[in-house]
Amino acid sequence: MRPAVWPRDGRRETRLLHADPHTGALLDRWITDLPGSLRAGDLLVVNDAATLPASLRGRTAGGAEVELRLAAATSSVREWWGVLFGGGTWRQRTEDRPAAPELGPGSTLGFGGQLAATIEAVSPISPRLVLLRFDREGADFWAALYQVGRPVQYSYLAGPLPLWQIQTAHAARPWALEMPSAGRPLDTGTFDELRRHGVSIASLTHAAGLSSTGDSSLDAALPLPERYEIPVATAAAVGRTRAHGGRVVAVGTSVVRALEDAARAGRGRVGPGHGLATLRIGAATRLFAVDGLLTGLHSPGTSHFELLQAFAPAALWATAHRHASAGGYLDHEFGDVGLLLAA
Amino acid sequence: MQIEGAAVLVTGGSRGLGAALGHELARRGGRVVLAARGLRELRAVAGAIRAEGGEAHALEADLGSKDAIYPLVGAASALVGPLDIVVHNAATVGHLPLRSLADTACEDFGRVLEVNLLGPFRLTQAVAGQMALRGHGLVLAISSDAAVNAYPGWGAYGVSKAALDHLIRTWQVELGASGVRFLTVEPADMDTRMYAEALPEAERSSLARPAEIASRLADLIAGGEPPDARVRVAPGGVAA
Repeated sequence: MRPAVWPRDGRRETRLLHADPHTGALLDRWITDLPGSLRAGDLLVVNDAATLPASLRGRTAGGAEVELRLAAATSSVREWWGVLFGGGTWRQRTEDRPAAPELGPGSTLGFGGQLAATIEAVSPISPRLVLLRFDREGADFWAALYQVGRPVQYSYLAGPLPLWQIQTAHAARPWALEMPSAGRPLDTGTFDELRRHGVSIASLTHAAGLSSTGDSSLDAALPLPERYEIPVATAAAVGRTRAHGGRVVAVGTSVVRALEDAARAGRGRVGPGHGLATLRIGAATRLFAVDGLLTGLHSPGTSHFELLQAFAPAALWATAHRHASAGGYLDHEFGDVGLLLAA
Repeated sequence: MQIEGAAVLVTGGSRGLGAALGHELARRGGRVVLAARGLRELRAVAGAIRAEGGEAHALEADLGSKDAIYPLVGAASALVGPLDIVVHNAATVGHLPLRSLADTACEDFGRVLEVNLLGPFRLTQAVAGQMALRGHGLVLAISSDAAVNAYPGWGAYGVSKAALDHLIRTWQVELGASGVRFLTVEPADMDTRMYAEALPEAERSSLARPAEIASRLADLIAGGEPPDARVRVAPGGVAA
């Protein structure tokens, strides 16, 4: 499948490939057809995380160029997990990027004179994954991060992304390190049409992390544990929907991870509150909370693709992938979407 | 709208009505982010609010700059959570001393529209989606008597405020059903630096104090449904 190399001007120009996991039928639609693909009584759950400018260019104390990509917040406001790259830019494939010099605890990094960090620990998963402590907090930290940070982006894109291009139309707290992209085609008008069709909409916040680092041992460990918060109203809506025979449709794999993690914590019932999604979802995973998925079109071999197999057998995905490639669908975060739900 | 615990963003928060509103909303339990150009002045206001026991954060931003909006909303939401209340208070009167339209440079007119109109449009757009999805939020724009009456020298400012009124009215008819409230307020003339710079020879004793207006505005926010989408606020109270 070809990648979308730049965001479309209009969110509504996104194509929708509706795959029915029971019959195997593939239906070519547009995102504006989504209300007709759902039923009255269904619930759509979106991830309202805004996306941080999580890529920071800086230098080591010795002057070597590095790029730090924030990978996960911690419970301490100054401490973050991050992935280090050496020189080069997003225009190179991540797997072709030189590694950063190996930096141990106590090493310092400076970011444009406005922000600095000290490495506190190196992960056993990979020497590239480090725990950092920034030199400021509160408004000073966030202002500096938004000043020096740029969107995390990959080599298939045509140019540097402005910050607003990596936000969904319903973005709230900036928890995501990469855009929860399945929700990007949804605008306020589409939500209105869904509600007119009797479909409810609820939100949760999930800190969607990095999708790729170019380091095979690190990539094999993705996704890292990701924090989430489920509001009381959303937990109630999930319970109500399932009790009345409606279907819960997750917008994006991050929503699946949050709801299924919460369902396990609640012994089958999604409760409200904070959590850390550690569950790795794949073909063998039994789903407790989610019946369907609106998702970006992910390629075989990625952790996202693995998760899709909880909803339908790999064979259906392979067929859908071929259909989408032949039909000119576009993949990656600014591409088209798939809906996996009984038609 | 409950102010206690609400995530609040006030633009133009370094002085005048914005600073006064920051104090008043923080005093009532709001978690306040103040935005303006000039970090020193802004930090002093936030520091004074914290010294009173309130929560306030200072974020430098030029509301007339397109690139400033998402960093501001992102950093503010990181600090206090999804924004519940946004007050569009930042404004410029344009060229000083004031000039008639015949003598106004296009660039000066454009800058007034960027700050007073496009800034609030962009900022509202960056928060309205999450507010509509949560079915909760208040966007309050500070307008002016110059939006309704034409005064010599106030052309660019008056046009920007008239358009701001209409912008807010349109947001209200488009998203009001979601539970988000959009409101413009015309405060009485206040004793602020902006007013003094625009009208240096004005008699100050007849002007309202920003703190009085801020207190009435906070009452309006905390109260039930205001009488209209555009209201006038004076030290004595609120009128449609």
